[in-house]
Amino acid sequence: MSSLELKDLYDGFRNPEVIKSFQKLIAVEAKKLERTVNIMEVCGGHTHTIMKYGLTQLLPENINFIHGPGCPVCIMPKERIDHAYTLAMQEDVILLTLGDMIKVPGSHGSLQNARAKGADVRYVYSPMDALKVAEENPTKKIIFFAIGFETTTPMSAALLDVVIKRGIKNIFFHINHVTVPEVMKELIDSRDEHVNSYDHRIDAFIGPSHVSVISGSKIYAVFPEHYRIPVVVAGFEPVDVMEAIYMMIKQFNEGRSELEIQYKRLVTHEGNLKAQSLIEKYFEKVDLFKWRGMGNVPNSGLKLRDAFAAYDAEVLYKEVLPYDEIDDHKLCICGDILRGFAKPQDCSVFGTACKPSSPLGSCMVSSEGACAAYYKYGNLL
Amino acid sequence: MTKNIVLAQGNGGEENAELISKIFYKHFKNEILAKSEDAAIIDGGRLAFTTDSFTVSPIFFDGGDIGKLSICGTCNDLAMMGAKPTYMTCAVIVEEGFSVEELEKIVRSMKKELEINGAMIVCGDTKVVPRGSVDKIFINTTGVGVVQKSGISSNSVSEEDVIIVSNEIGKHGATIFANREGMEFSSNLQSDCTSLWPLVEKLLSEGIAITAMRDATRGGVAAVLNEWAKQSKVCIEVNEEAIPVSDDVRGICEILGFEAYNLANEGTFVLAVKRSDAERAVDVLKTFEEGVKASIIASVTHQYDGRVLLLSPWGSKRFMDLPTGELLPRIC
Repeated sequence: MSSLELKDLYDGFRNPEVIKSFQKLIAVEAKKLERTVNIMEVCGGHTHTIMKYGLTQLLPENINFIHGPGCPVCIMPKERIDHAYTLAMQEDVILLTLGDMIKVPGSHGSLQNARAKGADVRYVYSPMDALKVAEENPTKKIIFFAIGFETTTPMSAALLDVVIKRGIKNIFFHINHVTVPEVMKELIDSRDEHVNSYDHRIDAFIGPSHVSVISGSKIYAVFPEHYRIPVVVAGFEPVDVMEAIYMMIKQFNEGRSELEIQYKRLVTHEGNLKAQSLIEKYFEKVDLFKWRGMGNVPNSGLKLRDAFAAYDAEVLYKEVLPYDEIDDHKLCICGDILRGFAKPQDCSVFGTACKPSSPLGSCMVSSEGACAAYYKYGNLL
Repeated sequence: MTKNIVLAQGNGGEENAELISKIFYKHFKNEILAKSEDAAIIDGGRLAFTTDSFTVSPIFFDGGDIGKLSICGTCNDLAMMGAKPTYMTCAVIVEEGFSVEELEKIVRSMKKELEINGAMIVCGDTKVVPRGSVDKIFINTTGVGVVQKSGISSNSVSEEDVIIVSNEIGKHGATIFANREGMEFSSNLQSDCTSLWPLVEKLLSEGIAITAMRDATRGGVAAVLNEWAKQSKVCIEVNEEAIPVSDDVRGICEILGFEAYNLANEGTFVLAVKRSDAERAVDVLKTFEEGVKASIIASVTHQYDGRVLLLSPWGSKRFMDLPTGELLPRIC
């Protein structure tokens, strides 16, 4: 990819004049609102866009953001991190995972701590990097600790596809893939008194565009149709988010509740059917997946189909993996933040006992986490 | 702090600072060390003295190698204190099995860079260790420089100063990442690894009123500005649009989720200069190839003492913090 193409990815989407124009349009629409509108950005990527580019400072007070549960690192419960830690400490194992995952503390420590104790833990840019590691280390067992939403799931499936087709014998999987719509439903259906109180009611969702590039916008159709909650699928550049907010407020003022796509440059209603069939081939839903702070959410996680159990590290190492339930840190309110009824500053240890360099909770660990965003970029208003 | 050393403690950011202050500063405490400058000022202010160890992977990268880096890095620390590099030491720890041809290539690089600085290696040490004890080769250099202009200090930045960066930022960090990970899209990208003494010498000879200088190595420009804001108890307000970043570096940052001002530089420095001299300083820097993109990026206020503010082109503002943790690519 040339640098010119890279530049094209963001250049127009951070244009100050366009951002200021949307600011004016939003201000006009927001004046017509009868009350404060609570918009949940489901994905941590949007939280970061909002904080990094200071977008809240450009918006009227009657537009309120609620940070949602959409960060693959933040939502990982300690039980699963302990699995990763235990696997990493096994003899002849190289544990691979994505980026920030290596920093999240489990009950014995993080994968970073495991590495400091001698475990071979590596981060990869793409699951496909596992192929090279496996080739260079034929006597080792390479375990890919797979995390992420719909966005990263196809790549795990694609890796398994290659592993099977090439007959590679030393790559295994620990699957922690989760799905977005189920947790959004949980936020509404749980009838949590806080979430559904007037102040914290979710009036609209900003849907993460990268999820819909794979799964299509169709996965959100239930929210306007069944719950009367508008969804706008939006990109992650500041112009994208500003336009999505404008589209949402227009829906309110026009009395509409619809599924709209702001990120038309890549998202379609159907999504990437090839990726979807690959996921379908190798993965199936688990009845319950535990989310940090939210507990067990029905149908929200994936596992390898039984036919592929020979590649499933969770099956192969079930004798050594710990299965006890673990409570979160008493002072940490990541759960409340992920459910959208607390903001990072509401936490008594935010920025003091809990900082990116010494995190107590996952929302501070992940670069996609709400606490990390608030800590890093500061809330100057 | 963690019980065992983790990689993040060598990042030039928050964890690194904590390790240094809680272990090394605590036990080695003295007035000179406490100033926390790029180089120690000794001998009644006449000499600058500094040391650095170099452990880079890969050892040969686009725009330089570990040898060039080991001379630039130490000489630049002296230059940042307004000192002309003179005498240096060189200690090498090399792994059994390392190619002699490559070792000589590295030493030739060092020689070339010494000449640019007008410095010489006057003593050294060589250790060979069993394979696997070090990652190919580690080099330590120590340097002494003669102070040409005294009083340059990161503890003295005030509202009378403006902040300048000498060139496009983040090139070394981005290049190392790209070379290490074999990213092919960055073919135009080169480390900025270079000796800064010629630029500093010219600025001094032109009589530019320099308050502070620091080469923005690990931790990048963000680390330098945060250290200055804390040490000088001021607020540094950065105009985001004015920060020079090449398209290649910006591209790598976009893909991996980094910020250019957190990436390392090895030939780009930050200057605090009296406002009246700022334009002239930029003009002087621009006469060098290594300073052609020099730009005034920030002013100094007391709005949030000890913090660095980033002002966006659309009127919002946020803090520019010290980098924390290892630089890890984003997940999705």
